[in-house]
Amino acid sequence: MKPRYYDGLVLAICLLTCWELLYLAVGADVVSSPAQTIARAAALLDTRNFWHDASSTGIAFGYACAIGIVGGLLCGLVLGLNSFVSDVADPILGTVYSIPKITLYPIILLLFGLSPAAKVAFGVIHGVFPVAIFTMNAVRNVAPVHRRTAKALRLSRTATIVTVLAPSAFPEILAGIRIGVAVTLLGILIAEFFAASSGIGFALIRATEIHNVVDTFALTLLLFLFAVALNALLHLTERRNRPHA
Amino acid sequence: MARIAVVVGAFAAIEALCRGGIIPRATMIPPTEMVAALWQILRSGSANADIAFTVVNTLAAIALAVVAGFWLGAVLHALPRARRAVEPLLSAYYAVPVFIFYPLLIVAFGVGRTALVVMGAMFGVVAMIVNTMIGLDRVPSVMVRTAAVMRLHPVARLVLIRLPAAAPHLVTGVKLAVAYSVIGIVAGEFILATAGIGKRIAFGYQDFDNRTMYGMLLLLLILVTAVNGALSRWEKRLHHRFGRQ
Repeated sequence: MKPRYYDGLVLAICLLTCWELLYLAVGADVVSSPAQTIARAAALLDTRNFWHDASSTGIAFGYACAIGIVGGLLCGLVLGLNSFVSDVADPILGTVYSIPKITLYPIILLLFGLSPAAKVAFGVIHGVFPVAIFTMNAVRNVAPVHRRTAKALRLSRTATIVTVLAPSAFPEILAGIRIGVAVTLLGILIAEFFAASSGIGFALIRATEIHNVVDTFALTLLLFLFAVALNALLHLTERRNRPHA
Repeated sequence: MARIAVVVGAFAAIEALCRGGIIPRATMIPPTEMVAALWQILRSGSANADIAFTVVNTLAAIALAVVAGFWLGAVLHALPRARRAVEPLLSAYYAVPVFIFYPLLIVAFGVGRTALVVMGAMFGVVAMIVNTMIGLDRVPSVMVRTAAVMRLHPVARLVLIRLPAAAPHLVTGVKLAVAYSVIGIVAGEFILATAGIGKRIAFGYQDFDNRTMYGMLLLLLILVTAVNGALSRWEKRLHHRFGRQ
């Protein structure tokens, strides 16, 4: 076994042990045991309600990622190509990015109503900024030599973007997309926590409100595993596309 | 200056859309009215308790995140074996919507101050840990060796030599910890809490009380932008002074 996997295994065992100890210390009213939680999570995967909620969350997540990534790429590209515009936009984007978006959710609910569209929109305002910021910086940081070569070869604007800028900026843009996808998931879940009629986040907050500890833990565990798997997948894609790795 | 023009232009456009009735009053009130509403709330003092609640909780969470994050980062930095094991967990941390643990915290601590502060600290602590380790990694080895020659006590070495040398990265960590803690606390107040700015905004939304909602929203945005701007400037100055960009 490679040492890297070995470390991961030790880490997992340590976390499970801590969890079990916590359970033994505070009791089943507050924390459910690892074995119980895993059994419940497996049982949940067999119920229709769970898949109904999962598809509701999944569809919203898919739409939000698609809109956020395409929108962010276009914004970033337009801003990055013009140095005056990007100088103006850079601090504004940074400030908007640092606002806790949750405060904007009521506005979105008023605009879109209590609907899947509100969830998607909330996911999009989370994801679009990191993608736009990373794309903008990636396009600005393309080596001047490349740009000048493109100019010397008299490439058209489209050809420059497709054959020079895009491949050169691609690895950095992928990092933006990874972060964008992660915060989009966060956005969708917070939206479902606050106000929704279906979805994993909705099921989770409902379980909390009726003090169903095992369900709360089981759903959290499933979400955690999903997020970790997604992140690992995106990391892998990123590493494959890194130029000198 | 173009930046200010863009921001002012955006506000003027929203104002015009609201006044012209294109955005209905039930959705958004004109920005000038938001300012008036905020002024009224502040003068009447009706929200003082909520504002104090959020500010105190946020400060507590930030203090917890920064202090715990610094020491954990320093300890992990000193133990490379443990660090290698934990590293993947740290890098995947913000990909997991940490907020999914809020229901667990409510189950554990009840609805109230403790759950919020712990949530905020959990959001911020990892950014601080990671930046502490990066900062300590970048301390020039000359300084470390000088400290060894002077036979400084390990704690004195950390506080007198490494802390100042790593300062720029520590400030980056603090800035991120502040941003994340605010998100954690305000989002928690939105979903389930007894008081706070976030609670007030959510309440205003549920009561169709748009003046309170937008007034408090504006207050929160001003606070966050001001704090974030100040920390960014401090960070830039430190990076500049230590000759790294």
